[in-house]
Amino acid sequence: MLGLFLLPLLAVFIRSINPDFFGYAFSKQALDALKLSLVTSTITTVCAILFGTPLAYMLANWKIRYKSWIELLIDLPIVLPPSVAGLALLIAFGRRGLFGSYLNLVGVSLPFTTAAVVMAQMFVAAPLFIRSARVGFTNIDKQLEEAANVEGANRWQMFREVMLPLTSKTLLSGAVLAWTRALGEFGATILFAGNLQGVTQTMPMAIYLGFERNLGVALALTVMLTLASIVLLLSTRWLEKTNCD
Amino acid sequence: MKRFSTLILLLALFVAGCAPAATPAPEPVTLNVFAAASLTDAFTEIGNNFQTANPNVTVTFNFAGSQALRTQIEEGAPADVFASASAKEMEALVAGSFVNAESSQIFLNNKLVVILPAANPAGIDSIEDLAISGIKIVLAAEEVPVGRYSREALDKMNGAYGSDFKDKVLANVVSNEDNVKQVAAKVQLGEADAGIVYTSDAVAAPELATIEIPTDINVVAQYPIAPVVESANMELAQAFIAYVLSNEGQAILQKWGFASP
Repeated sequence: MLGLFLLPLLAVFIRSINPDFFGYAFSKQALDALKLSLVTSTITTVCAILFGTPLAYMLANWKIRYKSWIELLIDLPIVLPPSVAGLALLIAFGRRGLFGSYLNLVGVSLPFTTAAVVMAQMFVAAPLFIRSARVGFTNIDKQLEEAANVEGANRWQMFREVMLPLTSKTLLSGAVLAWTRALGEFGATILFAGNLQGVTQTMPMAIYLGFERNLGVALALTVMLTLASIVLLLSTRWLEKTNCD
Repeated sequence: MKRFSTLILLLALFVAGCAPAATPAPEPVTLNVFAAASLTDAFTEIGNNFQTANPNVTVTFNFAGSQALRTQIEEGAPADVFASASAKEMEALVAGSFVNAESSQIFLNNKLVVILPAANPAGIDSIEDLAISGIKIVLAAEEVPVGRYSREALDKMNGAYGSDFKDKVLANVVSNEDNVKQVAAKVQLGEADAGIVYTSDAVAAPELATIEIPTDINVVAQYPIAPVVESANMELAQAFIAYVLSNEGQAILQKWGFASP
Protein backbone atom coordinates (compact mmCIF):
# COMPACT_ATOMS: atom_id res chain seq x y z
CA MET A 1 0.00 0.00 0.00
CA LEU A 2 2.74 2.43 1.01
CA GLY A 3 4.58 1.40 -2.13
CA LEU A 4 1.62 2.49 -4.20
CA PHE A 5 1.85 5.94 -2.63
CA LEU A 6 5.62 6.21 -2.72
CA LEU A 7 6.77 4.58 -5.98
CA PRO A 8 5.00 6.91 -8.46
CA LEU A 9 6.36 9.97 -6.64
CA LEU A 10 9.81 8.44 -6.55
CA ALA A 11 9.61 7.69 -10.28
CA VAL A 12 8.65 11.29 -11.06
CA PHE A 13 11.54 12.65 -9.00
CA ILE A 14 14.03 10.28 -10.62
CA ARG A 15 12.78 10.92 -14.18
CA SER A 16 12.83 14.69 -13.67
CA ILE A 17 16.52 14.76 -12.79
CA ASN A 18 18.17 16.18 -15.90
CA PRO A 19 20.14 19.28 -16.81
CA ASP A 20 17.05 21.07 -18.15
CA PHE A 21 15.13 20.74 -14.88
CA PHE A 22 15.74 24.27 -13.67
CA GLY A 23 15.05 25.70 -17.09
CA TYR A 24 11.65 24.03 -17.04
CA ALA A 25 10.98 24.71 -13.37
CA PHE A 26 11.73 28.42 -13.59
CA SER A 27 10.17 29.06 -16.98
CA LYS A 28 7.61 31.87 -17.03
CA GLN A 29 4.81 29.40 -17.65
CA ALA A 30 5.72 27.32 -14.61
CA LEU A 31 6.11 30.33 -12.32
CA ASP A 32 2.87 31.92 -13.55
CA ALA A 33 1.06 28.68 -12.87
CA LEU A 34 2.60 28.26 -9.43
CA LYS A 35 1.71 31.82 -8.46
CA LEU A 36 -1.85 31.52 -9.71
CA SER A 37 -2.30 28.19 -7.94
CA LEU A 38 -1.02 29.54 -4.63
CA VAL A 39 -3.08 32.75 -4.83
CA THR A 40 -6.35 31.08 -5.83
CA SER A 41 -6.08 28.19 -3.39
CA THR A 42 -5.29 30.63 -0.57
CA ILE A 43 -8.34 32.76 -1.40
CA THR A 44 -10.43 29.60 -1.58
CA THR A 45 -9.21 28.42 1.82
CA VAL A 46 -9.74 31.79 3.48
CA CYS A 47 -13.28 31.99 2.09
CA ALA A 48 -13.96 28.42 3.15
CA ILE A 49 -12.90 29.27 6.71
CA LEU A 50 -14.81 32.58 6.82
CA PHE A 51 -18.09 31.19 5.52
CA GLY A 52 -17.66 27.55 6.42
CA THR A 53 -16.95 27.92 10.13
CA PRO A 54 -20.27 29.60 11.05
CA LEU A 55 -22.11 27.17 8.80
CA ALA A 56 -20.46 24.16 10.43
CA TYR A 57 -21.12 25.64 13.88
CA MET A 58 -24.80 26.12 13.15
CA LEU A 59 -25.12 22.62 11.72
CA ALA A 60 -23.45 21.14 14.79
CA ASN A 61 -25.28 23.10 17.48
CA TRP A 62 -28.48 24.64 16.25
CA LYS A 63 -31.78 23.00 15.56
CA ILE A 64 -32.32 23.71 11.88
CA ARG A 65 -35.12 22.45 9.66
CA TYR A 66 -34.06 20.18 6.82
CA LYS A 67 -30.64 19.87 8.48
CA SER A 68 -29.92 16.42 7.04
CA TRP A 69 -30.73 17.73 3.56
CA ILE A 70 -28.33 20.64 4.01
CA GLU A 71 -25.65 18.23 5.19
CA LEU A 72 -26.26 16.04 2.16
CA LEU A 73 -25.93 19.09 -0.08
CA ILE A 74 -22.58 19.94 1.49
CA ASP A 75 -21.28 16.39 1.24
CA LEU A 76 -22.33 15.98 -2.37
CA PRO A 77 -19.45 17.93 -4.00
CA ILE A 78 -16.98 15.66 -2.16
CA VAL A 79 -18.23 12.57 -3.97
CA LEU A 80 -19.13 14.15 -7.32
CA PRO A 81 -16.52 13.89 -10.08
CA PRO A 82 -14.93 17.33 -10.69
CA SER A 83 -16.02 17.21 -14.33
CA VAL A 84 -19.64 17.16 -13.15
CA ALA A 85 -18.88 20.15 -10.94
CA GLY A 86 -17.31 22.03 -13.85
CA LEU A 87 -20.17 21.35 -16.22
CA ALA A 88 -22.74 22.26 -13.57
CA LEU A 89 -20.95 25.53 -12.82
CA LEU A 90 -20.80 26.36 -16.51
CA ILE A 91 -24.49 25.60 -17.05
CA ALA A 92 -25.39 27.67 -13.97
CA PHE A 93 -22.99 30.60 -14.12
CA GLY A 94 -21.86 30.63 -17.76
CA ARG A 95 -22.68 33.60 -19.96
CA ARG A 96 -25.84 31.92 -21.16
CA GLY A 97 -26.25 29.87 -17.99
CA LEU A 98 -29.35 29.74 -15.81
CA PHE A 99 -28.08 32.47 -13.46
CA GLY A 100 -25.07 33.61 -15.46
CA SER A 101 -27.32 35.20 -18.08
CA TYR A 102 -28.61 37.62 -15.43
CA LEU A 103 -25.07 38.34 -14.28
CA ASN A 104 -24.20 38.99 -17.91
CA LEU A 105 -26.94 41.65 -18.05
CA VAL A 106 -25.14 43.64 -15.36
CA GLY A 107 -21.83 43.14 -17.15
CA VAL A 108 -20.43 40.29 -15.08
CA SER A 109 -19.07 37.35 -17.03
CA LEU A 110 -17.52 34.62 -14.91
CA PRO A 111 -16.12 31.93 -17.25
CA PHE A 112 -12.46 32.31 -18.25
CA THR A 113 -11.70 34.54 -15.24
CA THR A 114 -9.61 33.98 -12.13
CA ALA A 115 -12.85 34.30 -10.15
CA ALA A 116 -14.10 31.21 -11.97
CA VAL A 117 -10.98 29.33 -10.88
CA VAL A 118 -11.71 30.25 -7.25
CA MET A 119 -15.38 29.26 -7.62
CA ALA A 120 -14.45 25.87 -9.04
CA GLN A 121 -11.96 25.29 -6.24
CA MET A 122 -14.45 26.44 -3.63
CA PHE A 123 -17.10 24.10 -4.99
CA VAL A 124 -14.89 21.04 -4.59
CA ALA A 125 -12.71 22.03 -1.63
CA ALA A 126 -14.86 23.99 0.86
CA PRO A 127 -17.05 20.96 1.75
CA LEU A 128 -13.94 19.19 3.06
CA PHE A 129 -13.38 22.02 5.53
CA ILE A 130 -17.04 22.31 6.56
CA ARG A 131 -17.19 18.58 7.10
CA SER A 132 -14.25 18.39 9.50
CA ALA A 133 -15.30 21.62 11.27
CA ARG A 134 -18.77 20.15 11.83
CA VAL A 135 -17.29 16.98 13.30
CA GLY A 136 -15.05 19.11 15.52
CA PHE A 137 -17.95 21.18 16.85
CA THR A 138 -20.15 18.13 17.39
CA ASN A 139 -17.50 16.37 19.46
CA ILE A 140 -17.25 19.11 22.09
CA ASP A 141 -18.32 17.94 25.52
CA LYS A 142 -21.85 19.23 26.19
CA GLN A 143 -20.97 19.71 29.89
CA LEU A 144 -18.42 22.33 28.95
CA GLU A 145 -21.09 24.25 27.09
CA GLU A 146 -23.42 23.99 30.04
CA ALA A 147 -20.69 25.19 32.36
CA ALA A 148 -20.07 28.17 30.12
CA ASN A 149 -23.81 28.83 30.08
CA VAL A 150 -23.93 28.80 33.87
CA GLU A 151 -21.06 31.26 33.91
CA GLY A 152 -23.25 33.52 31.82
CA ALA A 153 -21.47 33.32 28.49
CA ASN A 154 -23.47 34.55 25.52
CA ARG A 155 -23.46 32.77 22.20
CA TRP A 156 -20.56 34.74 20.74
CA GLN A 157 -18.43 34.29 23.87
CA MET A 158 -19.25 30.61 23.90
CA PHE A 159 -18.13 30.34 20.28
CA ARG A 160 -14.96 32.36 20.75
CA GLU A 161 -13.80 31.27 24.18
CA VAL A 162 -14.92 27.66 24.27
CA MET A 163 -15.61 26.26 20.87
CA LEU A 164 -12.81 27.76 18.78
CA PRO A 165 -9.90 26.85 21.09
CA LEU A 166 -11.22 23.32 21.51
CA THR A 167 -11.64 22.76 17.80
CA SER A 168 -8.62 24.63 16.47
CA LYS A 169 -6.87 21.40 15.53
CA THR A 170 -9.80 19.99 13.59
CA LEU A 171 -10.36 23.32 11.88
CA LEU A 172 -6.72 23.52 10.91
CA SER A 173 -6.60 20.03 9.47
CA GLY A 174 -9.83 20.71 7.62
CA ALA A 175 -8.33 23.89 6.21
CA VAL A 176 -5.22 22.05 5.02
CA LEU A 177 -7.34 19.38 3.37
CA ALA A 178 -9.34 22.06 1.58
CA TRP A 179 -6.18 23.94 0.65
CA THR A 180 -4.42 20.96 -0.89
CA ARG A 181 -7.61 19.89 -2.66
CA ALA A 182 -7.94 23.40 -4.12
CA LEU A 183 -4.28 23.34 -5.14
CA GLY A 184 -4.86 20.12 -7.05
CA GLU A 185 -8.19 21.09 -8.64
CA PHE A 186 -8.25 20.35 -12.35
CA GLY A 187 -11.46 18.91 -13.77
CA ALA A 188 -13.88 21.61 -12.71
CA THR A 189 -11.41 24.37 -13.54
CA ILE A 190 -10.67 23.35 -17.12
CA LEU A 191 -14.38 23.13 -17.90
CA PHE A 192 -15.52 26.28 -16.14
CA ALA A 193 -12.49 28.57 -16.20
CA GLY A 194 -10.65 27.43 -19.31
CA ASN A 195 -6.91 27.64 -19.72
CA LEU A 196 -4.99 30.89 -20.16
CA GLN A 197 -1.50 31.42 -18.83
CA GLY A 198 -1.42 33.81 -15.88
CA VAL A 199 -5.23 34.10 -15.68
CA THR A 200 -6.70 30.62 -15.32
CA GLN A 201 -3.82 28.24 -15.97
CA THR A 202 -3.12 26.63 -12.59
CA MET A 203 -0.36 24.11 -11.89
CA PRO A 204 -2.42 20.98 -12.62
CA MET A 205 -3.54 22.49 -15.93
CA ALA A 206 0.02 23.41 -16.91
CA ILE A 207 1.06 19.87 -16.02
CA TYR A 208 -1.65 18.41 -18.23
CA LEU A 209 -0.67 20.60 -21.17
CA GLY A 210 3.01 19.98 -20.47
CA PHE A 211 2.26 16.27 -20.64
CA GLU A 212 0.98 16.88 -24.14
CA ARG A 213 3.88 19.01 -25.28
CA ASN A 214 6.95 18.02 -23.40
CA LEU A 215 7.21 15.49 -20.63
CA GLY A 216 10.16 17.39 -19.14
CA VAL A 217 8.03 20.45 -18.35
CA ALA A 218 5.26 18.31 -16.91
CA LEU A 219 7.71 16.43 -14.70
CA ALA A 220 9.37 19.61 -13.44
CA LEU A 221 5.96 21.08 -12.62
CA THR A 222 4.89 17.87 -10.91
CA VAL A 223 7.94 17.97 -8.71
CA MET A 224 7.27 21.62 -7.85
CA LEU A 225 3.63 20.95 -6.99
CA THR A 226 4.59 17.97 -4.84
CA LEU A 227 7.20 20.05 -3.02
CA ALA A 228 4.71 22.90 -2.52
CA SER A 229 2.22 20.42 -1.04
CA ILE A 230 4.84 18.94 1.26
CA VAL A 231 5.84 22.41 2.49
CA LEU A 232 2.16 23.20 3.08
CA LEU A 233 1.61 20.03 5.10
CA LEU A 234 4.80 20.51 7.12
CA SER A 235 4.08 24.13 7.96
CA THR A 236 0.61 23.22 9.19
CA ARG A 237 2.04 20.46 11.31
CA TRP A 238 4.43 23.01 12.79
CA LEU A 239 1.53 25.42 13.36
CA GLU A 240 -0.46 22.68 15.03
CA LYS A 241 2.43 22.00 17.40
CA THR A 242 2.93 25.62 18.41
CA ASN A 243 -0.81 25.95 18.90
CA CYS A 244 -0.86 23.13 21.41
CA ASP A 245 2.10 24.33 23.46
CA MET B 1 -34.54 -46.93 -13.31
CA LYS B 2 -36.12 -46.86 -16.69
CA ARG B 3 -36.66 -43.15 -16.45
CA PHE B 4 -33.05 -42.69 -15.47
CA SER B 5 -31.74 -44.58 -18.48
CA THR B 6 -34.07 -42.60 -20.74
CA LEU B 7 -32.57 -39.45 -19.31
CA ILE B 8 -29.05 -40.72 -19.99
CA LEU B 9 -30.06 -41.60 -23.52
CA LEU B 10 -31.57 -38.19 -24.10
CA LEU B 11 -28.49 -36.52 -22.69
CA ALA B 12 -26.25 -38.63 -24.90
CA LEU B 13 -28.34 -37.72 -27.93
CA PHE B 14 -28.24 -34.09 -26.95
CA VAL B 15 -24.48 -34.06 -26.57
CA ALA B 16 -24.04 -36.01 -29.80
CA GLY B 17 -26.39 -33.64 -31.56
CA CYS B 18 -24.49 -30.63 -30.38
CA ALA B 19 -20.94 -31.69 -30.92
CA PRO B 20 -20.72 -31.54 -34.70
CA ALA B 21 -22.62 -28.26 -34.83
CA ALA B 22 -20.18 -26.46 -32.53
CA THR B 23 -17.77 -24.95 -35.05
CA PRO B 24 -14.86 -23.23 -33.33
CA ALA B 25 -16.00 -19.61 -32.88
CA PRO B 26 -13.27 -17.09 -33.76
CA GLU B 27 -11.43 -15.80 -30.73
CA PRO B 28 -12.83 -12.46 -29.57
CA VAL B 29 -10.22 -9.74 -30.18
CA THR B 30 -10.05 -6.14 -29.03
CA LEU B 31 -8.49 -3.59 -31.35
CA ASN B 32 -7.23 -0.46 -29.58
CA VAL B 33 -7.38 2.55 -31.85
CA PHE B 34 -5.78 5.78 -30.60
CA ALA B 35 -7.28 8.60 -32.65
CA ALA B 36 -7.16 12.41 -32.64
CA ALA B 37 -10.12 14.04 -30.88
CA SER B 38 -11.32 15.59 -34.15
CA LEU B 39 -11.97 12.06 -35.48
CA THR B 40 -14.40 11.17 -32.68
CA ASP B 41 -17.64 11.05 -34.69
CA ALA B 42 -16.28 9.71 -37.96
CA PHE B 43 -14.18 6.97 -36.37
CA THR B 44 -16.99 5.90 -34.05
CA GLU B 45 -19.08 5.24 -37.16
CA ILE B 46 -16.18 3.55 -38.96
CA GLY B 47 -15.56 1.41 -35.86
CA ASN B 48 -19.21 0.31 -35.73
CA ASN B 49 -19.12 -0.72 -39.40
CA PHE B 50 -15.84 -2.56 -38.91
CA GLN B 51 -17.31 -4.44 -35.96
CA THR B 52 -20.37 -5.42 -38.00
CA ALA B 53 -18.11 -6.82 -40.72
CA ASN B 54 -15.92 -8.61 -38.14
CA PRO B 55 -18.26 -9.86 -35.38
CA ASN B 56 -15.42 -11.25 -33.25
CA VAL B 57 -13.71 -7.85 -33.10
CA THR B 58 -14.35 -5.14 -30.55
CA VAL B 59 -12.90 -1.79 -31.56
CA THR B 60 -11.99 0.33 -28.54
CA PHE B 61 -11.22 3.99 -29.16
CA ASN B 62 -9.03 6.32 -27.18
CA PHE B 63 -9.87 9.83 -28.44
CA ALA B 64 -7.65 12.67 -27.19
CA GLY B 65 -5.29 15.34 -28.43
CA SER B 66 -2.75 13.73 -30.80
CA GLN B 67 0.18 14.79 -28.64
CA ALA B 68 -1.38 13.20 -25.53
CA LEU B 69 -1.89 9.98 -27.48
CA ARG B 70 1.69 10.10 -28.71
CA THR B 71 2.99 10.44 -25.13
CA GLN B 72 0.75 7.59 -24.00
CA ILE B 73 2.12 5.33 -26.75
CA GLU B 74 5.69 6.34 -25.88
CA GLU B 75 4.98 5.43 -22.27
CA GLY B 76 3.77 1.96 -23.28
CA ALA B 77 -0.01 2.27 -23.64
CA PRO B 78 -1.40 -0.74 -25.56
CA ALA B 79 -2.27 0.83 -28.91
CA ASP B 80 -2.79 -1.10 -32.16
CA VAL B 81 -3.51 1.82 -34.49
CA PHE B 82 -2.55 5.49 -34.21
CA ALA B 83 -4.45 8.11 -36.24
CA SER B 84 -2.89 11.52 -35.72
CA ALA B 85 -4.08 15.02 -36.59
CA SER B 86 -0.54 16.07 -37.42
CA ALA B 87 2.51 14.64 -39.13
CA LYS B 88 4.67 15.90 -36.26
CA GLU B 89 3.35 13.42 -33.71
CA MET B 90 3.63 10.53 -36.17
CA GLU B 91 7.21 11.53 -37.02
CA ALA B 92 8.07 11.55 -33.32
CA LEU B 93 6.76 7.99 -32.98
CA VAL B 94 8.69 6.93 -36.09
CA ALA B 95 11.83 8.46 -34.57
CA GLY B 96 11.23 6.45 -31.39
CA SER B 97 10.67 3.21 -33.40
CA PHE B 98 7.09 2.92 -32.20
CA VAL B 99 5.88 3.12 -35.80
CA ASN B 100 7.52 2.04 -39.07
CA ALA B 101 8.05 5.01 -41.37
CA GLU B 102 6.86 3.12 -44.48
CA SER B 103 3.61 1.99 -42.85
CA SER B 104 2.40 5.54 -42.18
CA GLN B 105 -0.12 6.87 -44.70
CA ILE B 106 -2.03 10.12 -45.11
CA PHE B 107 -5.73 9.26 -44.93
CA LEU B 108 -7.46 12.65 -44.98
CA ASN B 109 -7.18 16.43 -45.23
CA ASN B 110 -8.85 18.87 -42.91
CA LYS B 111 -9.20 22.64 -43.20
CA LEU B 112 -9.77 25.32 -40.61
CA VAL B 113 -12.98 27.28 -40.21
CA VAL B 114 -14.11 30.09 -37.88
CA ILE B 115 -17.08 29.12 -35.72
CA LEU B 116 -19.57 31.35 -33.92
CA PRO B 117 -22.49 30.61 -31.61
CA ALA B 118 -25.71 30.40 -33.66
CA ALA B 119 -26.99 33.61 -32.00
CA ASN B 120 -23.71 35.43 -32.80
CA PRO B 121 -23.91 37.81 -29.80
CA ALA B 122 -20.79 39.72 -30.81
CA GLY B 123 -22.10 40.37 -34.34
CA ILE B 124 -19.08 38.92 -36.12
CA ASP B 125 -19.56 38.95 -39.91
CA SER B 126 -16.08 38.44 -41.31
CA ILE B 127 -12.68 37.11 -40.39
CA GLU B 128 -11.50 40.70 -39.99
CA ASP B 129 -13.99 41.14 -37.11
CA LEU B 130 -11.93 38.70 -35.02
CA ALA B 131 -9.57 41.60 -34.32
CA ILE B 132 -12.30 43.80 -32.79
CA SER B 133 -11.08 44.51 -29.29
CA GLY B 134 -13.10 42.97 -26.46
CA ILE B 135 -14.65 39.94 -28.15
CA LYS B 136 -13.99 36.55 -26.58
CA ILE B 137 -12.09 34.05 -28.70
CA VAL B 138 -11.28 30.48 -27.75
CA LEU B 139 -8.49 28.64 -29.54
CA ALA B 140 -6.92 25.25 -29.07
CA ALA B 141 -3.65 25.48 -27.15
CA GLU B 142 -0.48 25.90 -29.17
CA GLU B 143 0.59 22.39 -28.10
CA VAL B 144 -2.37 20.86 -29.93
CA PRO B 145 -2.07 20.49 -33.75
CA VAL B 146 -5.22 22.53 -34.49
CA GLY B 147 -3.92 25.24 -32.17
CA ARG B 148 -0.65 25.34 -34.07
CA TYR B 149 -2.46 25.44 -37.43
CA SER B 150 -4.74 28.22 -36.16
CA ARG B 151 -1.70 30.34 -35.36
CA GLU B 152 -0.17 29.51 -38.74
CA ALA B 153 -3.38 30.66 -40.41
CA LEU B 154 -3.28 33.88 -38.34
CA ASP B 155 0.26 34.44 -39.62
CA LYS B 156 -1.06 34.18 -43.18
CA MET B 157 -3.94 36.54 -42.29
CA ASN B 158 -1.37 39.15 -41.26
CA GLY B 159 -0.63 39.43 -44.96
CA ALA B 160 -4.29 40.00 -45.81
CA TYR B 161 -5.50 42.16 -42.92
CA GLY B 162 -2.44 44.02 -41.68
CA SER B 163 0.68 43.04 -39.80
CA ASP B 164 -0.82 43.43 -36.31
CA PHE B 165 -3.89 41.30 -37.07
CA LYS B 166 -2.54 38.18 -35.35
CA ASP B 167 -1.55 40.08 -32.20
CA LYS B 168 -4.97 41.70 -32.01
CA VAL B 169 -6.73 38.35 -32.35
CA LEU B 170 -4.46 36.68 -29.80
CA ALA B 171 -5.17 39.52 -27.37
CA ASN B 172 -8.85 38.51 -27.56
CA VAL B 173 -8.13 34.88 -26.67
CA VAL B 174 -9.71 34.07 -23.29
CA SER B 175 -8.76 30.40 -23.19
CA ASN B 176 -6.39 27.93 -24.85
CA GLU B 177 -8.35 24.71 -24.70
CA ASP B 178 -6.63 21.36 -24.49
CA ASN B 179 -8.47 19.86 -27.44
CA VAL B 180 -10.52 20.91 -30.43
CA LYS B 181 -13.80 19.52 -29.12
CA GLN B 182 -13.52 21.81 -26.09
CA VAL B 183 -13.20 24.81 -28.44
CA ALA B 184 -16.40 23.81 -30.26
CA ALA B 185 -18.20 23.14 -26.96
CA LYS B 186 -17.30 26.51 -25.45
CA VAL B 187 -18.49 28.34 -28.57
CA GLN B 188 -21.62 26.21 -28.81
CA LEU B 189 -22.48 27.05 -25.19
CA GLY B 190 -22.10 30.73 -26.08
CA GLU B 191 -19.31 31.21 -23.55
CA ALA B 192 -17.02 32.40 -26.32
CA ASP B 193 -17.89 34.67 -29.27
CA ALA B 194 -15.72 32.84 -31.78
CA GLY B 195 -13.28 29.98 -32.17
CA ILE B 196 -11.19 28.26 -34.82
CA VAL B 197 -11.70 24.55 -35.40
CA TYR B 198 -11.50 22.01 -38.24
CA THR B 199 -14.30 22.00 -40.83
CA SER B 200 -15.14 18.53 -39.52
CA ASP B 201 -15.84 19.86 -36.02
CA ALA B 202 -18.20 22.45 -37.44
CA VAL B 203 -20.07 19.67 -39.29
CA ALA B 204 -20.28 17.61 -36.10
CA ALA B 205 -21.90 20.49 -34.21
CA PRO B 206 -24.54 21.79 -36.62
CA GLU B 207 -25.95 24.49 -34.34
CA LEU B 208 -22.83 26.56 -34.92
CA ALA B 209 -22.56 29.38 -37.44
CA THR B 210 -19.39 29.32 -39.55
CA ILE B 211 -17.21 31.71 -41.53
CA GLU B 212 -15.16 30.08 -44.29
CA ILE B 213 -11.45 30.85 -44.35
CA PRO B 214 -10.28 31.44 -47.96
CA THR B 215 -7.83 28.81 -49.22
CA ASP B 216 -4.88 31.21 -49.58
CA ILE B 217 -4.96 32.07 -45.86
CA ASN B 218 -6.13 28.67 -44.64
CA VAL B 219 -4.03 25.78 -43.37
CA VAL B 220 -4.68 22.23 -44.51
CA ALA B 221 -3.95 19.57 -41.93
CA GLN B 222 -2.90 16.15 -43.22
CA TYR B 223 -3.79 13.23 -40.98
CA PRO B 224 -1.47 10.20 -40.99
CA ILE B 225 -2.51 6.73 -39.78
CA ALA B 226 -0.26 3.74 -38.98
CA PRO B 227 -0.20 0.47 -37.06
CA VAL B 228 1.87 0.56 -33.88
CA VAL B 229 4.91 -1.73 -34.09
CA GLU B 230 4.22 -3.49 -30.81
CA SER B 231 0.60 -4.27 -31.66
CA ALA B 232 -0.45 -7.80 -30.77
CA ASN B 233 -3.00 -7.71 -33.61
CA MET B 234 -0.95 -6.44 -36.52
CA GLU B 235 -3.10 -8.08 -39.23
CA LEU B 236 -6.29 -6.70 -37.76
CA ALA B 237 -4.70 -3.27 -37.35
CA GLN B 238 -3.81 -3.30 -41.04
CA ALA B 239 -7.31 -4.47 -41.96
CA PHE B 240 -8.76 -1.54 -40.01
CA ILE B 241 -6.45 0.93 -41.76
CA ALA B 242 -7.36 -0.60 -45.14
CA TYR B 243 -11.02 -0.05 -44.28
CA VAL B 244 -10.36 3.60 -43.37
CA LEU B 245 -8.64 4.08 -46.76
CA SER B 246 -11.34 2.19 -48.69
CA ASN B 247 -14.09 4.03 -50.60
CA GLU B 248 -16.54 3.14 -47.86
CA GLY B 249 -14.28 4.50 -45.13
CA GLN B 250 -13.51 7.67 -47.09
CA ALA B 251 -17.23 8.24 -47.71
CA ILE B 252 -17.86 8.21 -43.97
CA LEU B 253 -14.98 10.65 -43.41
CA GLN B 254 -16.40 12.98 -46.08
CA LYS B 255 -19.82 12.80 -44.47
CA TRP B 256 -18.23 14.20 -41.30
CA GLY B 257 -16.58 17.12 -43.10
CA PHE B 258 -13.15 15.73 -43.96
CA ALA B 259 -11.62 15.73 -47.46
CA SER B 260 -9.87 12.75 -49.05
CA PRO B 261 -6.12 13.24 -49.48
